[in-house]
Amino acid sequence: MKNYSEEWEAVIGLEIHVQLSTKSKLFSGASTDFGALPNTQACNIDLAMPGVLPVLNEEVLKMAIKLGKALNAEINSPTSFARKNYFYPDSPKGYQISQMDKPIVENGYLDIETEKGGKRIGVTRAHLEEDAGKSLHDDFEGQSGIDLNRAGTPLLEIVSEPEISTPEEAVAYLKSIHSIIRYLEISDGNMAEGSMRCDANVSVRKIGDETLGTRTETKNVNSFRFVEKAIQYEIERQINELESGNKITQETRLYDSQVNTTRPMRSKEFANDYRYFPEPDLLPITLKKEFIEEVMATMPEMPNQKRERFVSQFSLSEYDAGLLAAEKDLADFFEEVTKVSTSPKLSANWIMGELSAELNNENLTIKESKVSSDKLGQLISRIEDGTISGKIAKDIFEKMWSSGKEVDEIIQSEGLKQVTDDKEIESMIDEVIQGNPEQLEQYRSGKDRLFGFFVGQVMKASQGKANPKQVNDILKSKLEK
Amino acid sequence: MDFHKLSLVEQLEGLKKGDFTSTELTTHYLKRISSFDEQINSFITVTEEQALSQAKAADERYKNKNNLPLDGLPIAHKDIFCTKGVLTTCGSKMLSNFEAPYSSTVYDKLDKEGMVMLGKTNMDEFAMGSSNETSYFGPVKNPWNTEYVPGGSSGGSASCVSAELAPIATATDTGGSIRQPASLCGLTGIKPTYGRVSRYGMIAFASSLDQGGVVARSAEDAALILEAMSGHDPKDSTSLKLEKPNLVKDLDTPIKGKKIGLPKEFFEKEMPSYVEKSIEEAIEVYKNLGAEVVEVSLSNINLSLPIYYIIAPAECSANLSRYDGVRYGYRCEDPKDIEDLFMRTREEGFGAEVKRRILIGTYALSAGYYDAYYLKAQKCRQLVANDFSEAFKSVDVILSPTTPGTSFKSGEKTSDPIEMYLQDIFTIPANLAGLPGLSIPCGEHEGLPLGMQLVGNSLEESKLLQFAYSYQSNTNWHKKMPNI
Repeated sequence: MKNYSEEWEAVIGLEIHVQLSTKSKLFSGASTDFGALPNTQACNIDLAMPGVLPVLNEEVLKMAIKLGKALNAEINSPTSFARKNYFYPDSPKGYQISQMDKPIVENGYLDIETEKGGKRIGVTRAHLEEDAGKSLHDDFEGQSGIDLNRAGTPLLEIVSEPEISTPEEAVAYLKSIHSIIRYLEISDGNMAEGSMRCDANVSVRKIGDETLGTRTETKNVNSFRFVEKAIQYEIERQINELESGNKITQETRLYDSQVNTTRPMRSKEFANDYRYFPEPDLLPITLKKEFIEEVMATMPEMPNQKRERFVSQFSLSEYDAGLLAAEKDLADFFEEVTKVSTSPKLSANWIMGELSAELNNENLTIKESKVSSDKLGQLISRIEDGTISGKIAKDIFEKMWSSGKEVDEIIQSEGLKQVTDDKEIESMIDEVIQGNPEQLEQYRSGKDRLFGFFVGQVMKASQGKANPKQVNDILKSKLEK
Repeated sequence: MDFHKLSLVEQLEGLKKGDFTSTELTTHYLKRISSFDEQINSFITVTEEQALSQAKAADERYKNKNNLPLDGLPIAHKDIFCTKGVLTTCGSKMLSNFEAPYSSTVYDKLDKEGMVMLGKTNMDEFAMGSSNETSYFGPVKNPWNTEYVPGGSSGGSASCVSAELAPIATATDTGGSIRQPASLCGLTGIKPTYGRVSRYGMIAFASSLDQGGVVARSAEDAALILEAMSGHDPKDSTSLKLEKPNLVKDLDTPIKGKKIGLPKEFFEKEMPSYVEKSIEEAIEVYKNLGAEVVEVSLSNINLSLPIYYIIAPAECSANLSRYDGVRYGYRCEDPKDIEDLFMRTREEGFGAEVKRRILIGTYALSAGYYDAYYLKAQKCRQLVANDFSEAFKSVDVILSPTTPGTSFKSGEKTSDPIEMYLQDIFTIPANLAGLPGLSIPCGEHEGLPLGMQLVGNSLEESKLLQFAYSYQSNTNWHKKMPNI
């Protein structure tokens, strides 16, 4: 594909739906647990029986206020609900209770980091609304089934300003939102299960153009990687269309991850007129100042704050600190490790190196790690106190991972304790030098890089247990003689 | 014994004293229903079995001296209130097969006080109508003259109480649906302040206007039951966070020295001379009781009808979207696809008036029209409410006719919806402002009763009932009953 980046720029806005992790639904007492038998978690209110009325689950107000604070936004009081009217079989009332004029969160922003540096993305609003149920088309011959378990589950829809310019920025923004909701413990943010869903509004224009191009909305892209690819695809598609003299149709498109394309779902020309109007069954909600302050007081340390603390408290690099702080569980694990080990830098390296590799291999989360933070801390301590070398530590780590044993137990039973006795190392070195007279001669006649060969031979002779620094020092003095 | 000639309050005394049992009382009413309801069609469902078992349980409690406050008193419920396990149709084909899986708060409250449900009363479809001619279950007749309408939408409730097939009935009022039929059937009907009575389980027509109440034969009976129905309900977010009002205890508070306002905008209208005469006589009664009568101005009151016919249809257009044939109620036969299911179910399940209002409401909320219609109507609604607030600074109640005249013949206004809508011209303003209003009989014309309306300030149901009680203690209009 031709590189158009010189002439064109993309304008991207994201709408992120976050499913809030309340015990009961937004307007009813039914449970929100995932995976129950169809329609076992739908009460009269969720079924929209005649005469039922919604009662707001106040837990969601606290969650929304916390998100507002994390997004540096204003909290609207009063905040009010509206009805969004449309017919759909899994929308039992024929309207969705959402927010229109007075969303609970408005006018915030989020600072993101990409390889090209930092950028501030405006957050237009975040509003509360209820989720719909699900239509099941495969289970019944010639009929569709409807499962209303999800109907009424609380969602926060977070709408960004169209200030995102690249797929990379979009992913950074999305990851940052993900990190925030996980930190606030207001959602599990599981994209695969649909508890975080992303719609991307994308348009392109020639650099320097003032007016925005016609945009498309790509719906329900369910992983970070797919968001990046879908937006990339859509930008390129739109540029190609325009370069070929075609027009962009304002429409909703679906991303197909199998073939990495987007295709039209419905055109906005046939879009519903949602006929929003204030929800008369719920009065506008006044959020008292004390209530907001009370909620604010329960704010945990946020990713940015944690990153800065990791830099100052543990002398980590910005980059390492940022990686660790992005995921709360990872950051917690790191801090647990540092309680046992004394080297934060080494701890960070191990977590992001060996440990992450193993977790990725087996597709586990940090909480499911087979080596606990305590055990990893002990392993790192043994490197620090010279009991084992870093190389041996890697072997031991693998054994810990597969056996669940502690580091000292493995060192003991397998005799892996580092050799640090000068005399013992000397005698091993002497043996190696004597056994390789040719190399010795070459080295002494100027072939410096053979030094590594000798180190290797000594380490091999010690089965990797010799302290590398001592080997280096002693070997150097012996070879120079 | 002619139990139906006793007031509800007298029936309660009789039960408490052991003069008769609830089973006797209930059986008496069930018999009257089976003898006379054919003429007036006021019931959609008669819950005979349930009534007799509730009555038996009440008698048991009287025997054991652990009776409940309203134990054993019969009542009829408008078929808009959900009653668990009992057909709840809202007067519509759409819900003609719907057995409610739960009970409304109103039903539950009265049930907990021991009241016996005789059945579910006929009504205009989804409470949309002023003559009870839009019901899927056939029109209700006025017991005073069965060629005439009983009013609506609570026509079944009014008709059955008027014919003494039930001593009292629940009802609902969105634009006059309690007061107008009360007026046309010679009854006392009260719609309390918006939020006084829980709307939970009361099938919604226009959520910001709907309010439950009662039609009764006297202010005293109405006070007894309205008090029991009232009170905060956590299941209704618009329910007022207030204890239930003390309506019975203060009923005989004299009205001497209190002020009655007559809105000049109402009295400027041309009205039949018999209406004028009846209202003048009623004013005389109040003057003789020591009340002062002054003119007040409600300058935006003439906007009420257009405001109402934007807001009510708009809300109803959304409230009635749930009737789609998917989960309960009527479903069209052999739908081709989901679109067909929605369209034919609603086409076949709703009657003409309901469809008319859904269309008006959908239009009023449409993109490009919302500001001009719905938003403007809401702003004007506030103006009407402000007019009332201003007036209540100087008067205690506002008096007017309830309806433009006495009842009209069946079919007379069905072809002209606007003519029908004008029935509610005096009653709608109280709904827009959320104020309590009642209608009491104050006259008669050519054998048909006529009512006057009293509207009170917010939360002043008690004062309204005192005005009604004083009037009824000094007049006999409310004691006149039709011969059936």
